[in-house]
Amino acid sequence: MKHTPLFELHQRLGARMVPFAGFAMPLHYGSIQAEHRAVREGVGVFDVSHMGEFWVSGPEAQDFLESVTTNRVARLRPGRAHYTMLPNAEGGVVDDAYLYHVEPGRYLLVVNAANVEKDFAHLGGRAEGWDVVLEDRSDATALLAVQGPRAAELLASLTDADLAAPKKNAVFRARVLGREALLARTGYTGEDGFEVFLAPEDAPAVFEALVEAGATPAGLGARDTLRLEMGYPLYGHELTDETNPRCTPYAWVVKEKEPPFLGQERMGASPCDERLVGLLLESGIPREGYPVYAGEEAVGRVTSGGLSPVLKRGIALAWVQAPYAEEGTELAVEIRGRRHPARVHPLPFIRR
Amino acid sequence: MNVPEELKYRDTHEWVRVEDGVAVVGITDYAQGELGDVVYVELPEVGRKVEAGEAVAVIESVKTASDIYAPVSGEIVEVNELLAEHPEKVNEDPYGEGWLFKIRMARPEELEALLDAEGYRKLLEAEG
Repeated sequence: MKHTPLFELHQRLGARMVPFAGFAMPLHYGSIQAEHRAVREGVGVFDVSHMGEFWVSGPEAQDFLESVTTNRVARLRPGRAHYTMLPNAEGGVVDDAYLYHVEPGRYLLVVNAANVEKDFAHLGGRAEGWDVVLEDRSDATALLAVQGPRAAELLASLTDADLAAPKKNAVFRARVLGREALLARTGYTGEDGFEVFLAPEDAPAVFEALVEAGATPAGLGARDTLRLEMGYPLYGHELTDETNPRCTPYAWVVKEKEPPFLGQERMGASPCDERLVGLLLESGIPREGYPVYAGEEAVGRVTSGGLSPVLKRGIALAWVQAPYAEEGTELAVEIRGRRHPARVHPLPFIRR
Repeated sequence: MNVPEELKYRDTHEWVRVEDGVAVVGITDYAQGELGDVVYVELPEVGRKVEAGEAVAVIESVKTASDIYAPVSGEIVEVNELLAEHPEKVNEDPYGEGWLFKIRMARPEELEALLDAEGYRKLLEAEG
């Protein structure tokens, strides 16, 4: 089991540690719901050092990334970041990722912890013949996510950078607590906030300073309920090697390109017989794998589900047959043998 | 870890308190801590006949749904209605207001198969 640089600190803070993607990670520090509320109403800090960080540089970095990601890299100016996907040759998804154009021609690709090896092998294979340098810096990078309406105010007390100016998806270098850091106005919670890339040895002091300044330590449990309320996908649940992202609410990151990205034609040709939708239930708590019904007919299955701490209702992401994917369609989720009415709901489930 | 001396325990982390031939059942302090925030409790119908070891209730935490087993056989004679509005009582007061259901025992001798406090503490140590 791998440890992030914050392992000892998590234990000292009373975290319940669980295995996730080969790492011992904090699930919560006492209450997932309290941490969820802290991020929606105040500010929380997450250790997400388990995520993978690849650097891509070299003269052909942009064109290479254009060929191995679905979003349009040519439009990504230095100092900006965007959500994207790594396609495979079959029209499916190797991973979803965030791409940061840190300096002209130098990119940072942040990928899911569970996929670091798969992604790096995939990209390494695709990089043959390109004049690019690919570097896996996952083990040499700590990552904190400071999220919530008070995130900027709190982080401002620890950095020399002006945090009022950078817009959502900005990325820039700054010093935090005197340490060199890369800051990005990004996150996975739907709230304003920053992600802070640090050298591993600097991470515990910064995390602790954020907590002392008033940030609530938050674990993977809250990270999951927060992303679910926003309808964000989690690879391995909503997205897999076989998923066609065009059939999901995240189709906006799939751009038709010339020359095409890997698998573009197959991704474009495949009909969306099933679509990924949000479901809001009247009662009951849907969980991954639960069947979805239209009348007596099984028409889909839940990929992620839970109780929305904000709505106090069961919410889910689910694949359903295309005719049942329209907003407002009345469906049902079977929970322990009982059908609970559910309605196809636009994403996000909550308005920010 | 709070493991009251006077209770009996099932190895699946339910506790039993006997009151006039009726077994009051809940989950232990350890169990509620493992589950985390309880957000919904699905209780059995009053009048249902249950067998020891049968899954009779479900506790949903933020993360997962967990089965709760009947420690003894008998008839469900009462369920804790408070939990419909306040499932968090299972976390806050697992041995008190957070009780789950009551079973009128068909075979009180089944109690002997349950763990006492010391046995349950050893089980927790073994689970680490």
